[in-house]
Amino acid sequence: MWNFFHKLASPKHFYRVAGKMLPWLGGITLILLLAGLYLGLFVAPPDYQQGESYRIMFVHVPAAWMSLFIYTFMAALSGIAMIWNMKLAEVMVKSSAGLGASFTFLALATGSLWGKPMWGAWWVWDARLTSELILLFLYLGYIALTNAIEDPRVAARAGGILILVGVVNIPIIHYSVEWWNTLHQGPTVTRLDKPAIHASMLWPLLLMALGFQFYYFTVALMNARAEVLERFP
Amino acid sequence: MSGLNHALAGLLRRDLLLAFRHRGEMANPPLFFALIVTLYPLGVSPDAELLRTIAPGVIWIAALLAALFSLENLFRADFDDGALEQLLLSPYPLPLLVGVRVFAHWLVSGLPLLLLAPLLAVQLGLSPKAIGVLEATLLLGTPLLSLIGAIGVALTVGLRRGGILLTLLVLPLYIPVLIFATGAVAAAATGLPVEGPLYFLAALLALALTLAPPAIAAALRLSVN
Repeated sequence: MWNFFHKLASPKHFYRVAGKMLPWLGGITLILLLAGLYLGLFVAPPDYQQGESYRIMFVHVPAAWMSLFIYTFMAALSGIAMIWNMKLAEVMVKSSAGLGASFTFLALATGSLWGKPMWGAWWVWDARLTSELILLFLYLGYIALTNAIEDPRVAARAGGILILVGVVNIPIIHYSVEWWNTLHQGPTVTRLDKPAIHASMLWPLLLMALGFQFYYFTVALMNARAEVLERFP
Repeated sequence: MSGLNHALAGLLRRDLLLAFRHRGEMANPPLFFALIVTLYPLGVSPDAELLRTIAPGVIWIAALLAALFSLENLFRADFDDGALEQLLLSPYPLPLLVGVRVFAHWLVSGLPLLLLAPLLAVQLGLSPKAIGVLEATLLLGTPLLSLIGAIGVALTVGLRRGGILLTLLVLPLYIPVLIFATGAVAAAATGLPVEGPLYFLAALLALALTLAPPAIAAALRLSVN
């Protein structure tokens, strides 16, 4: 087991293993997404209150989950890169950042498309929306910083410090934003807080979430392979 | 131990001396602060009631921007003339040295904002009680701005055009400070209890005092390579 991880840490070995895994990951992604979309768009019944428009949830919710997952994952990898000086972890962090920002943007965009028919506004300053927007800024800050530094090694380590500072701050930002919203008595919006979600809607949601997860790993590995070629010729 | 104290005191003395020899530059953050606040009545409305409502936010956003723009001076000059490298070569723990630098920077650029804020608050029509709370939030909040901002400066000091990048890195991290500080002042203005947000600010300050200096030190070692 350990041996496998040790080998994986060497760029050459990683390039080969990742190359072998990619078709499988891509195939699983495709199956999961197709199954999830079919169940979500054709099989699941319309919501008794929101009608058909709730179906955007099957994209919106997994995207929001991914936006949080990727940042946490990047923070964990940055910690690994810093403690064990593992270059491959740096490569993975860099190849995840763009995906994380895209998922965050997707969550915001689908959220505002959903919000217009449901709440009658493209945007409300609700706690959850605001913290998601701040998360987007954190991603963009990381990308801007690592792009501004020329030496890839220094860029990766500076980015790692920024990500770790950010991950300490995310809970603080999240709770402060929630506190701010309750203080100001903004529009009280509760979504997905209905006590239970019916299985016919839950299954496509879970399939889509898993599909997004596999999509992320597929594309991140493809990015990482390209990055490995660039950094360790 | 006395050697360390001597080094820290010497560093503080040097930074303050350097600042007082450039008195003109010292006036910039408070001036900037006053100007931003002045723009709000001109740009929004001179209506007293409205100004009183938005005053906490206006003053705090101005303080935030003033702190942000004064940050550039924190390590830039020392980076350019090589003094920063000497600091990193010192045998004393870098987080402590960096902490002293940030403290000196706060004395020069943060403290003047505290002296000017009551004047601006009176202009915007805040009540005396709210002004007292505003001072408390500034006392707890501006060191936080300096500490968090110093991480961003340390990361970008080696870059040629770090300014706009610094804004992007630091402003999202300032949001909790802004929320708790304006929350406290707004609560004071409407007669609600203010202890909660003030305690939060104090807790954030304690957290930043312990966690920020090592992060600044690590970032500086990276930038000066």
